[in-house]
Amino acid sequence: MTEVTGTARVKRGMAEMLKGGVIMDVVNAEQAKIAEDAGAVAVMALERVPADIRAQGGVARMSDPDMIEKIQAAVSIPVMAKARIGHFVEAQVLQSLGVDYIDESEVLTPSDYENHIDKWGFTIPFVCGATNLGEALRRINEGAAMIRSKGEAGTGDVSNAMMHMRKIGGEIRRLSSMREDELYVAAKELQAPYALVKEVAETGKLPVVLFTAGGIATPADAALMMSMGADGVFIGSGIFKSGNPAQRAAACVKATTFWDDPKVVADASRGLGEAMVGINVADLPAPHRLSERGW
Amino acid sequence: MKVGVLALQGDVREHISSLIACGVTPMSIRRPVELEQVDALVLPGGESTTIAQLSEVFGIFEQIKDRIADGMPIYGSCAGMILLANEILDAKQGQKSFGGLDITVRRNAFGRQVDSFESDIAFDDGAANLVRAVFIRAPWVERVGAGVRVLASVDEHPVAVRSQTIFATSFHPELTGDHRIHRYFIEEVARPALEKVK
Repeated sequence: MTEVTGTARVKRGMAEMLKGGVIMDVVNAEQAKIAEDAGAVAVMALERVPADIRAQGGVARMSDPDMIEKIQAAVSIPVMAKARIGHFVEAQVLQSLGVDYIDESEVLTPSDYENHIDKWGFTIPFVCGATNLGEALRRINEGAAMIRSKGEAGTGDVSNAMMHMRKIGGEIRRLSSMREDELYVAAKELQAPYALVKEVAETGKLPVVLFTAGGIATPADAALMMSMGADGVFIGSGIFKSGNPAQRAAACVKATTFWDDPKVVADASRGLGEAMVGINVADLPAPHRLSERGW
Repeated sequence: MKVGVLALQGDVREHISSLIACGVTPMSIRRPVELEQVDALVLPGGESTTIAQLSEVFGIFEQIKDRIADGMPIYGSCAGMILLANEILDAKQGQKSFGGLDITVRRNAFGRQVDSFESDIAFDDGAANLVRAVFIRAPWVERVGAGVRVLASVDEHPVAVRSQTIFATSFHPELTGDHRIHRYFIEEVARPALEKVK
């Protein structure tokens, strides 16, 4: 009996198990426990949530290993952590800590403005952000085992997440309707490998799980993303920057499961107290837009 | 035969595809009224803590527990195995399970995601008939009660067990496109039990 670790099936399969769930950003063990108790399927351990990264500025990097280990010790659900785009050493460090998933994330300051991490070489699976289908397929080609559509992290404004889910969905639907001999040019236009383009055209979906992230702050936001075809949602600043995190977290979990039942979403939305104070994406100067990072 | 898949969270779609391949009519179950319509139930892979919690919040927890006690055929993979176990080790504080299967299960027993693996294993004495098994942050069984039969093991840890109408695997047959494990549940576990009731 030969046991093989780190296969594409094991990496992509891990993401399949997260479907229909909410992954929450947490900065300490206490928040991680609140997230687990609220029904999160995983937590993302990071030092500063995107709203604070945005407010404080400076270079945002991988979190302190001590802090990640404390969160791992506090909860029984999977723990994810972020590495900077292209920073394969941070990724190696996170793998050695035994985190369950690495997010190669535009929320941190990129370390490489041309190359992303070669993710095939790792045993640990990666999730990467994408604003369109070509970007998603380039990340999958580099070994990403899960994709999350990018929103504008740390704003509480869901419009960018919406735009990118529509974009990815629309491009998939367009491929599905093409003649086979048109897929070569489609691959050229998407700047993505032909084999992956053909696979998407045939199956009508990405070869990996598609979550959504960035700007999701309410149960209705989560349900909106699910109805746009997301397999699940990441909620970053939206929970622990709100008035009542435990209740809001549980409410977002309920709305994600029953996204197609407005009554449940309505009940989940009652009496949650203050949502995070938002920033309109349109008011952000272009250099401060995180979702435009990644190539 | 109407087979439900508990669809609160997890890899529901994959189980539904496997069940269709076995020739039954699967149905997603989230509400108590939906559960009433099915003869058998599958608990998917996912996060056992999340699924247990949502079952309670949406008022289906006790009903599933009662149906299991009444002999409804049920199969759980990975998180599903944890939800069927009478006793859970390394659980979240206060974590509940539907129970019914007299085993003690250890969560994430094979380790974290870096240790997740796939392997060919012999199922139900079918040494010549190997099954590709995918283990993802998988549990194993540490104690089996009287009347629980071990159908497969990895390094001497039971990973597939059965007691009457309750069947559980700590691996994910729904991820491989090989439907023999689902067929075993339908043909060897569910169908004989349902025919006996008739």
